[in-house]
Amino acid sequence: MPLIPQPPPPAGGALLTRLHAINAEHGYLPEEELRRAAEELGVPLSQVYSAATFYAAFSFQPRGRHTIHVCLGTACYIRGGEKLLEKLESTLGVRPGETTDDGTFTVETVHCVGSCSMSPVMRVDGDTYGRLKADILPRLLRRYQTEAGGMSDEGT
Amino acid sequence: MKVRSRSDLETLRAEGLSTLYPSRLKISVGMATCGLATGAAAVYDALRDEAARRDLDLMLVATGCLGYCQQEPLVEVRRPGRDPVLYARVTADRARELIAALAEGELPTEGALAIIPEEKPPAGSKPAGGLPRLNDLPFYSRQHKIVLRHCGLIDPASVAEYVAQGGYEALAHALLDLTPEQVIDEVLRAGLRGRGGAGFPTGRKWQICQAVPIQPKYVICNGDEGDPGAYMDRTVLESDPHSVIEGLIIAGYAIGAHQGYIYVRDEYPLAVERVTQAVARAEELGLLGENILGSGFDFNITIVRGAGAFVCGEETALISSIEGGLGEPRPKPPFPAVSGLWGKPTVINNVKTLATVPVIITRGADWYASIGTEQNAGTVVFSLVGKVANTGLVEVPLGLTLRDLIEGIGGGGLNGKAVKAVQTGGPSGGCLPARLFDLPISYETLTQAGSIMGSGGMVVMDEDTCMVDVARYFIGFTMAESCGKCAPCREGTQYMHQILTRITAGEGSVEDLELLEEVALWVKKASLCGLGQTAPNPVLSTLRYFRDEYEAHVKEKRCPAGVCRALIRLSILSELCNGCGLCRRECPAGAISGEKKQPHTINPELCTRCRICYDVCPVGAVEIVR
Repeated sequence: MPLIPQPPPPAGGALLTRLHAINAEHGYLPEEELRRAAEELGVPLSQVYSAATFYAAFSFQPRGRHTIHVCLGTACYIRGGEKLLEKLESTLGVRPGETTDDGTFTVETVHCVGSCSMSPVMRVDGDTYGRLKADILPRLLRRYQTEAGGMSDEGT
Repeated sequence: MKVRSRSDLETLRAEGLSTLYPSRLKISVGMATCGLATGAAAVYDALRDEAARRDLDLMLVATGCLGYCQQEPLVEVRRPGRDPVLYARVTADRARELIAALAEGELPTEGALAIIPEEKPPAGSKPAGGLPRLNDLPFYSRQHKIVLRHCGLIDPASVAEYVAQGGYEALAHALLDLTPEQVIDEVLRAGLRGRGGAGFPTGRKWQICQAVPIQPKYVICNGDEGDPGAYMDRTVLESDPHSVIEGLIIAGYAIGAHQGYIYVRDEYPLAVERVTQAVARAEELGLLGENILGSGFDFNITIVRGAGAFVCGEETALISSIEGGLGEPRPKPPFPAVSGLWGKPTVINNVKTLATVPVIITRGADWYASIGTEQNAGTVVFSLVGKVANTGLVEVPLGLTLRDLIEGIGGGGLNGKAVKAVQTGGPSGGCLPARLFDLPISYETLTQAGSIMGSGGMVVMDEDTCMVDVARYFIGFTMAESCGKCAPCREGTQYMHQILTRITAGEGSVEDLELLEEVALWVKKASLCGLGQTAPNPVLSTLRYFRDEYEAHVKEKRCPAGVCRALIRLSILSELCNGCGLCRRECPAGAISGEKKQPHTINPELCTRCRICYDVCPVGAVEIVR
């Protein structure tokens, strides 16, 4: 038994679920939301903060309107994922983790989205694109630049 | 409706049969992530809109993944009384043509891949003319589907279709006819081993947990499939979520747990969505909750979405993540079966393991044990990806050779190139050379050869893959994913990465190879959890089998595969270049210049050696100088 009585822990998965909800609503984790989560779940703010910094899914910076994840899983890596990233970097003028000046795109890399049979693969928001070649990137990006985004046309 | 008894299951089965085998035209589109990544959503919309425009009576269904990803998007056309026909690589245009033909009462032959004979073909069924049966295609002929039994064949959103295929029968049998001990005994005798990679006997794990006289207990489904190159858990969760739910309830009954968790990785949004829907549907029907099927057994499931941490695939880290802590592992023992979630006895099983359980309960331990080999019963799902002709998910009995898999099912190297190696088991596994391809696949043989079975990722590599670069890639991966709790893994992976970066940059020495091996062995010995203990495997296996490539890098400063940027340069062969300008437009560095229809040149000062020009040149005029 601990010497000082401890509050009951939150329900299984509750903290992660909460962080996901905040991140989905704001696109990142604002400080006041983390403070509120700590209070409501009855966990120390330090624990909330350490979880928030531990996981790759959460951000402390606001994101662009669209987030591009270039997959660098093994299959994508050996079938040209890095070339895709390089082309994307030169087209948009940003490095992984950065957002374009106009706030349209944030570029990230990801360790496998599990579509390895379609490598190389890239994900824009919730849409996954497979069998990509560097030369179709500009056309693909235009869809998101012009409309509000989303995949309506054929895959690639 | 509520399913309170076996006869209620029968009612549900009838409903499922009516949508599986309707008396009208039915078209199914494979819409798991693989299909969606290649345009299945556009195909689905085109089918729907064109059918509406032509006033064609049609039942349109989104199914999961059939495993033959190379041929996605896949569309299955079922006319009443006929064997369904499967179409491959369907585009939106082809989908409209398909509807136009069907409206005329015809079935186009173009793009047709195979027929899928139904288990119980309706009376008077005729095979479509001239097409092979799906299971006779080289990709499928040696497969034995147990885990993937329903994937791509049922609507994952329909419990009724799952039940129509025999789903929840095992649950009824376990809860109503068997004691927990009998359930465990069945799984034990079947010889099922954990399909997450470690291969621990599942029944034994359940037995240990059941024997601990502490309540409450928990069961967890590990769907944190982090190994790059492996995606079978995603496919099962997206295509057949109820098989996992059923397995989890049975596991709960066996050990005496009333709460289950399904932990799914964040990178799988569709899997999270489908499994969440499936749990909600099972709750509505009373297949989850209190007094399941009138047995008196209560069970609930909570879905937890991971947040992008590879280490959470390690069971103690996953448990910590559910508890709301960091996804950091802790030393074992005590094992989770004794002290797991909140310190309570916890069984944690992989998605595929749980999806197998219902089949074992229904068909019996003897049946399952008769598949595969003695120590390696049953089947294993592999994801055949990388530089292989046929990519996809394959499920085979254990004991087949790597050659059967890569050359037989996979059809050999991509574009006819020679296969050099296969990487199995993700970042914890190793690279095996082509000369070992006659090795029968089992947990033991792969481990002896310096790799592991792991979660089933099988990444094929050809002559254009540099094995030193691959080792550097994997160590870069584990370095980034190391949680940092223990020093050997945290520091050791960084140190190995520095050495490998040096070697691939052409700055390595012969002594670096000795140093690399020494560090690798210490990281293996001294790390806290499986992540660190296995992280050196890609390094050690490439040093063992591809030492000549390392030596070329350090002694001759040469990359034989033409990958390592510091050791290659690119040039355009003026006698072949036709001046089309494609490379100039695609070069991300603006390093290529030349007049239209005149031979182009590359400025080596600007060139980053990304090789995009090499890939796009239509006449093969770009040369990699090694």
